Amino acid sequence: MTVVRFELNGARVDADASARRLSAFLREDLGLTATKVGCDAGDCGACTVLVDDEPVAACMTAVGQLDGKRVETLEGLDAGGEIDALQRSFLHHGAAQCGICTPGMLVAACGLLRSDPAPAEPRVQDALAGVLCRCTGYRKIIEAVVAAPTFEEVLPNPPSGKAVGHRLPRVDGAAKLGGREIFGDDGAPEGALLVRVVRSPHHRARFAFGDLEGFVARTPGVEAVFTAADVPGRNRFGVIPAMADQPVFAEAETRFRGEAVAMVVGEADAVAALDLTEVPITWEELRPIMSVDAARAEGAPRLHPDREGNVLIRGQVRRGDLDAAFAASDMVIEAEYSTPFLEHAYIEPEAGFARRVGDRVEVQVTTQSPHMDREELEAIIGLPPGGVRILPTSVGGGFGSKLDLSVQPYIALATWHLARPARITYTRPESMMSTTKRHPAAMRVKIGATRDGRLTAMDFFGRFDTGAYASWGPTVANRVPVHAGGPYVYEAYLARSEAVHTNAPPAGAFRGFGVPQSTIASEGLLDELADALGIDALELRVRNALTAGAPTVTGQVFHGGVGYVDCLEALRSHRKQARADAAVANAEGGRFRRGVGLAGMWYGCGNTSLPNPSTIKVGLRPDGRIVLFQGAVDMGQGPNTVMTQICADAVGVSVGDIVLVGADTDSTPDAGKSSASRQTFVSGNATLLASTGLRADLLALADASEDATLELAPGRLAVHDRGQVAEIDLATLAVDADGLVSVHRATFDPPTSPLDEDGQGEPYAQFGYGAHLAEVEVDTELGTVRVLRVVAAHDVGRAVNPTLIEGQVEGGVAQGIGMALMEAYVPGRTENLHDYLIPTIGDVPEVLTILIESNDPLGPYGAKGIGEHAVVPTAPAILSAVRDAIGAPVRHVPATPDLVLAAIAAGKEALA
Amino acid sequence: MLQGSARPTEYLVPADVAEATAMKAAGALVLAGGTDVYPAHVGRGFAEPVVDITGLEELRGVDVLDGAYRIGALTRWADVAAAALPACFDGFRAAAREIGAVQVQNAGTIGGNLCTASPAADGIPNLLALDASVELASPTGRRVLPVASFLTGYRSTTLAGDELLTAVIVPRDREDARSAFLKLGLRRYLVISVVMVAAVVTVDDAGLIDEARVAVGACAPVAQRLPQLEDELRGTPIDAAAERVRPAHLGGLSPIDDVRASADYRRHAAVTLVRRVLDACAVSP
Repeated sequence: MTVVRFELNGARVDADASARRLSAFLREDLGLTATKVGCDAGDCGACTVLVDDEPVAACMTAVGQLDGKRVETLEGLDAGGEIDALQRSFLHHGAAQCGICTPGMLVAACGLLRSDPAPAEPRVQDALAGVLCRCTGYRKIIEAVVAAPTFEEVLPNPPSGKAVGHRLPRVDGAAKLGGREIFGDDGAPEGALLVRVVRSPHHRARFAFGDLEGFVARTPGVEAVFTAADVPGRNRFGVIPAMADQPVFAEAETRFRGEAVAMVVGEADAVAALDLTEVPITWEELRPIMSVDAARAEGAPRLHPDREGNVLIRGQVRRGDLDAAFAASDMVIEAEYSTPFLEHAYIEPEAGFARRVGDRVEVQVTTQSPHMDREELEAIIGLPPGGVRILPTSVGGGFGSKLDLSVQPYIALATWHLARPARITYTRPESMMSTTKRHPAAMRVKIGATRDGRLTAMDFFGRFDTGAYASWGPTVANRVPVHAGGPYVYEAYLARSEAVHTNAPPAGAFRGFGVPQSTIASEGLLDELADALGIDALELRVRNALTAGAPTVTGQVFHGGVGYVDCLEALRSHRKQARADAAVANAEGGRFRRGVGLAGMWYGCGNTSLPNPSTIKVGLRPDGRIVLFQGAVDMGQGPNTVMTQICADAVGVSVGDIVLVGADTDSTPDAGKSSASRQTFVSGNATLLASTGLRADLLALADASEDATLELAPGRLAVHDRGQVAEIDLATLAVDADGLVSVHRATFDPPTSPLDEDGQGEPYAQFGYGAHLAEVEVDTELGTVRVLRVVAAHDVGRAVNPTLIEGQVEGGVAQGIGMALMEAYVPGRTENLHDYLIPTIGDVPEVLTILIESNDPLGPYGAKGIGEHAVVPTAPAILSAVRDAIGAPVRHVPATPDLVLAAIAAGKEALA
Repeated sequence: MLQGSARPTEYLVPADVAEATAMKAAGALVLAGGTDVYPAHVGRGFAEPVVDITGLEELRGVDVLDGAYRIGALTRWADVAAAALPACFDGFRAAAREIGAVQVQNAGTIGGNLCTASPAADGIPNLLALDASVELASPTGRRVLPVASFLTGYRSTTLAGDELLTAVIVPRDREDARSAFLKLGLRRYLVISVVMVAAVVTVDDAGLIDEARVAVGACAPVAQRLPQLEDELRGTPIDAAAERVRPAHLGGLSPIDDVRASADYRRHAAVTLVRRVLDACAVSP
């Protein structure tokens, strides 16, 4: 084999000339893991490196092509030059969230700055367009690159007691910007066995194994093939224990394309090179059920024998006399809406590694829910509680799908059986075909109102395709009926949901648990109602908005923290200006029509009427550092930073005094899962309680009053109180098993109550509210829609960190744009990131975020969750704007050009 | 991500075109920019030896010959975008900037675009409108044939098992022609075309069309010229060209329904884009 010689990050490298992907060579052979791999197909750009100053995708570059070239990765750029200013600017602007796309973005930006030292936004977009980001919405990345050449500003940490409300750069940002974060595929021990999963090629099939032992014996490097017969414990998992129905390995019949039936484990090189179709399996394809209508049809075969009519679960909320309220209405309006499967499309595919330690298994994995993973793996392997330890790696985007088990059982079982470390990384198609999706919804909505614009009644029915297994289907079915009406007061209300099984991938949790779908329907119809009544759409919403003291559709009454009207009012002047601008543009005629749209939302933070406690532990170390045991998984949304800020103010120290200990099921208390927009609210309260408790303990050491101030220095605590200073030498204090001289632990569980059979009760202890304004331009000849601007107002209670919240809002808006205009997952057809389209840097316009602080009575420092809220109103606001532009509604997403053109044609017909 | 290429694949580096054609004839997979080859091997290794032709410098760059431009098959889209080429190539260069994003433009080659022969290949409508030909080398010699004859169907060409596409030849008879390219996709960057249209139009001093060549991509297994429209446009004022376009002129297309758009929509959008591309030629200098 010939050798190629090239320069890599300033050093000479000799490598075998081969067709090996440069990305694999860097990561596997050289251990340079800053270069990330998201697709291996040139679609995501996470692997961008510079070759002779030009950005290329390392996944499509052969090592053999590098002879005489100069290759640079983020590790090599780290030393100085353009990259230094870029990294500082990214950190300051909040341009990195999960951090998985960050190396690719930085490398591409560095290439740009070398050729154009002061680029304007259009050039930045062209240069960074090849790198996809699913978290940030790109706006802060653009700002950071444009600002980098002149970037100097470095804000000092806020003083003690002033951390909450401060734009603190994320405390875990430096590692992300240096490419040093360890994600699921970054940390496997050398020599780990590789696991690959054998999956059903059919939507539904019976199957039988051939001679697996013979296959193992004749295939060099393969140690074992495992199937359902090798699951020592329970071959079932599911996030809702009572509904757990998904096998680790299917037993005789597969229920969706991509379902696991076996895994091959062996030496990495050998297993990587295998053609998995060589594993002896015979498949008998069966007729699948691919739609909810087919699943509900008379005589349809049941996916699960105990689920009649293929219905997993139904949910409802009923209040008041619906028939009477409709009968008393001056106007009743009704329409149907639908949405498709959506893919989370985080840039990090599922990945992790595991090792056996005695009779325990340690799993390091990208996950949103370490303690749930632990319990489920213990049941699968048949281990007692504590038999599994989960150490979450950094999470390169989650959005709900990394709440469910994916790779965990495979690496855990492999290492359990073979007593060697095992690793796995899903390919992009494997990730897309086998992990959960957003539920498709088919919804019928009816709303009644009086002539003067008072809402009287709403009747909502939504059927949700929950795919082959339960996953979070029950959560969607319960959450949607509470939220389907939006934050409005109705005399009478009925909302029903039905989750139906089909032979599609399991539909589960995706940012909003069904509420983004139902909001498309309810807000869309409110717009149409406003027009039919001749009342302005904003006025109609303000007139009927939920306010403090008014009962919600479940009969719950909030006495504070209800900021919906404020959100609507915050949009008023922007809307007026936008409509004036649109009128001027439209007066010119031509093929482009501008439109302005509006949509509102509410969203309950935390589980629906279920306990969901968080526990946080805070202690003081003899060296004078506060240790925050923060088990809320930070997948970029920011709990590491938010909890640090809350802790600092509650203890009364600087954020610089705090050291974080991350999630680890052995040593960090259970802060619950990172979902349901609950971490700022629930874990934030636990942090506040624990930190307040620690402060009290420290004050007691000096017998000081509550007004005392604390001052930490290495090995020393000084307590200043009423002109006196008490000095405590921390070395003189006893330490506990964690090495702490003082420690406090606290649990917060939001106060909720169960819903009765009519869905009445107190499902959430806190709601967030919001409203978005969208401005669009429609090409009426082609049906294409361009979003020109979004103004997003959100009641966040109290903004603990405005930069992080803006990041959540902008990222939510980007996902909402995707949902509105381009995203649709078709099982078996869009299992990659060029057929499944998510917004690029050129698809997200300016986003103006307006934060409303209603000071929630139960929130820590008044704060509420925001993670999911941000995505909910964007798509309906865009659809509202499209309707404003073309004069006809589009009631199905994505509103692709063909649907928009059809709507224009239907609108003309209606007028004729 | 550990996958695919870990088992040593036989990796062949030819010294010249002749050796490359021999290696290909023996069953090797041709690797150039890699932007089609690697995406086709996600999660799996190469079943056959790989012959990497990127070292063949003679296949790179643009040569101006007496009667034609010769664009080497290894010329990358970034090279096309940056090349000093006359006005008739404006549409082609616009396409070069719309293919993928910079990472793909810095690697992908025009030869690869032609040999993969995707119906949605962004480079091909322009080459049809430029009346381009391809040069194919084999152990027994070279042949030149029009791009329209080279492309035979959905991802299929007349390239023989022992042949390598070495260059694209564009005649120099229309250097001052106006040209334009329009692409419709469902997002701004990194997008497979729903429809794209290229035009190369020569206009006389009176503003009348001397010759118009218009091609539509992603609306048939192979991008198509529109001969009936081209005939009717001869002698038409360029300013009035767009309004001459009727759906019947695109009757030869055979678009399909897929995840990106319906066949009906493609037909409609293609008519609109043909009108717009002619309008774009009307305003070009």
